[in-house]
Amino acid sequence: MASAAIGSNSSPLLRKNELGLSSFSSSSLCIQTSKRRGSKKVVAVMAPPQSQRPPSTTGSVKTAMTMTEKILARASERSQLEPGENVWVNVDILMTHDVCGPGTFGIFKREFGKNAKVWDREKIVIIPDHYIFTSDELANRNVDILRDFCMEQNIKYFYDIKDLGNFKANPDYKGVCHVALAQEGHCRPGEILLGTDSHTCTAGAFGQFATGIGNTDAGFVMGAGKILLKVPPTLKFVMDGEMPEYLLAKDLILQIIGEISVSGATYKSLEFVGSTVESLSMEERMTLCNMVIEAGGKNGVVPADNTTFKYLEDKTSVAFEPVYSDGQARFLSEYRFDVSKIEPLVAKPHSPDNRALARECKDVKIDRVYIGSCTGGKTEDFLAAAKVFLASGKKVKVPTFLVPATQKVWMDIYSIPVPGSGGKTCSQIFEEAGCDVPASPNCGACLGGPRDTYARLNVPQVCVSTTNRNFPGRMGHKEGQIYLASPYTAAASALTVKNMKKNVYEGQKIFSKAGSKDATLAMSSGDEQNET
Amino acid sequence: MAAASAATASALTRFSSQCQSPYLRITSRRDVCLRQKLSMAITCSMKSPFKHISTYSGSKSPIVPLSATTTNSPTTSPTSTPNFHGICYVVGDNIDTDQIIPAEYLTLVPSNPDEYRKLGSYALIGLPSTYPVRFVEPGEFQSKYSIIIGGDNFGCGSSREHAPVALGASGVKAVVAESYARIFFRNSVATGEVYPLESEVRLCEECSTGDVVTVELAECLLINHTTGKQYKLKPIGDAGPVIDAGGIFAYARKTGMIPSQSTT
Repeated sequence: MASAAIGSNSSPLLRKNELGLSSFSSSSLCIQTSKRRGSKKVVAVMAPPQSQRPPSTTGSVKTAMTMTEKILARASERSQLEPGENVWVNVDILMTHDVCGPGTFGIFKREFGKNAKVWDREKIVIIPDHYIFTSDELANRNVDILRDFCMEQNIKYFYDIKDLGNFKANPDYKGVCHVALAQEGHCRPGEILLGTDSHTCTAGAFGQFATGIGNTDAGFVMGAGKILLKVPPTLKFVMDGEMPEYLLAKDLILQIIGEISVSGATYKSLEFVGSTVESLSMEERMTLCNMVIEAGGKNGVVPADNTTFKYLEDKTSVAFEPVYSDGQARFLSEYRFDVSKIEPLVAKPHSPDNRALARECKDVKIDRVYIGSCTGGKTEDFLAAAKVFLASGKKVKVPTFLVPATQKVWMDIYSIPVPGSGGKTCSQIFEEAGCDVPASPNCGACLGGPRDTYARLNVPQVCVSTTNRNFPGRMGHKEGQIYLASPYTAAASALTVKNMKKNVYEGQKIFSKAGSKDATLAMSSGDEQNET
Repeated sequence: MAAASAATASALTRFSSQCQSPYLRITSRRDVCLRQKLSMAITCSMKSPFKHISTYSGSKSPIVPLSATTTNSPTTSPTSTPNFHGICYVVGDNIDTDQIIPAEYLTLVPSNPDEYRKLGSYALIGLPSTYPVRFVEPGEFQSKYSIIIGGDNFGCGSSREHAPVALGASGVKAVVAESYARIFFRNSVATGEVYPLESEVRLCEECSTGDVVTVELAECLLINHTTGKQYKLKPIGDAGPVIDAGGIFAYARKTGMIPSQSTT
């Protein structure tokens, strides 16, 4: 049965849209449903004995589709679609936060009526995260507006915060929306996730279609549960080769953005495949997909695999069905990388595509380092930074700000032992290195924010940051110079000698023989035997 | 909802596809072109700078055209396609949303009329000091520049709707850029705040801030009265009526695709 092959979370709509197959399923000997199962093999379809029928209605002729196309097809109840088509898509999850939520609610009420109810109280996730720990009255009011709406609409998932003086006193509060969505099990393969934030594309790491939308679109979705989307063509990025120990996913995506420019992926989907991608953890995949928007991309996807399923095991009980690109799927272009040849990178001011080798920036004097945000403030990002500080054993030379993305990340920093440290936690290593105390989890200074935001760049300084954008004024001051980098590079930069014109390069030397693809970690030679 | 969805889909399909293929010819505009040609001679001869007339009063009212050749009430019929006349403000490539409206002002809620107005006062305040002329004078809520001319990838960065809203609130009628970032383009159309028009050449290198320009939507033309040159624009296509109507909701209602607002 065509329908039997489809996962339990699929609605009956899939059955009726298997273009004619459902009505013949009893007489068909062999059903072409393997694509929906996720297998790459094309199974032949036996056409049941029928009179004239155009080939397309039997399902026997199907153009191969990419992962993104398939997800959109399923969500729009179509068995087939192509890039360029506009389709009405059923939304699985809509996320909003304190900056765009109030505006979205305003539009929702204005358009659907002040007593209107949201389309599904369980499919909306409301996450205050942007301007939380501030005395700005409007910012505080915006969180109250979120609360009022959630209470009125009985929204199931609202990660509220009331006590701004002590984030730990708020059991529901999570922090940065994109990390919270993943940690709370709202990201699932094959689904459609929309958010009023450009970095919603982060969730593509789970093999789903995730993209950012504005308040008006979100207001529409809130009432209708659907959105009109144009199917994007896909760019394929094949990354193979052994990932050098000094490299992280941030370097990979900086490599790509530098390659194709900030508009190189406009209106397109980015699919990340290859042995290197398969070796990445979920958090690293999230970093990769997070910055897809910096190339103008509509969405990014990583095919779901055991790494994905394992991550989701304890986080969601909602059934999901992954989809995978067909073997013959057509991609707009294909880029291949030998990851073993990639070196640590930065994006120099003032554009995410202003790519340079970290070691080329050795004459840049740094004033501060910022480790945080949805891009570089996850548990593994802090573990990475801690490894560098541990290997060095020295103190940071510049103010080093640490802003965990969520409560869970904060707790991990204070509890997870860092390999090779003899049982020390990240927090202990950070303290010994002289970093600032890890701050309350939120978006923080990544986008500047109200003037009193912790670590905001209020003076024209040079900052190496694990965040995602470095346009003028991004972190506050218009003349601030932001170098985007991986947590390894950021931590290494913090350790460089003060008042001397060395920086990232010096830091990298602690960690690797820069430029040599045969480099090994300085720490691994000595510390491996201490790993528990 | 299903029937409405289908109807909306077919109409909105055309406007969405316009985003990607702006070369689609709209033949119904041919008649308008002839009529416009006669009026163009008149408008072209006006070399003195026009004082910018703002048609926004804090709430989203339909765009009122300044040219005498068009009617005052925008409908989906081509005869009412608005023209915009005013002085232009020129920016470069990759003007991201942080430059259009810095993040610290995002505490302002666009659907709140007072805060909508305030957003206008901060439009383009994030531009670096390499731009000697401020877009909105300190203390003002509106800009004297009603047309922005940009380079590539205008509006890149965040999905924040505050960006096209701030521009619209400040009195901008149209942005004419070489290319757009997709979320900004989509938000501009969905809100109906500004017309996101595409040029065929790098107008940001041909025009200077302060030039008096006319944008003739139906003719797909930008006329720079200060330099005496004119330039072809890519047709806005079906995104035009959506913006004319005041955004996606208004358009869907006007054309009967979704039911009228309930007053409860």
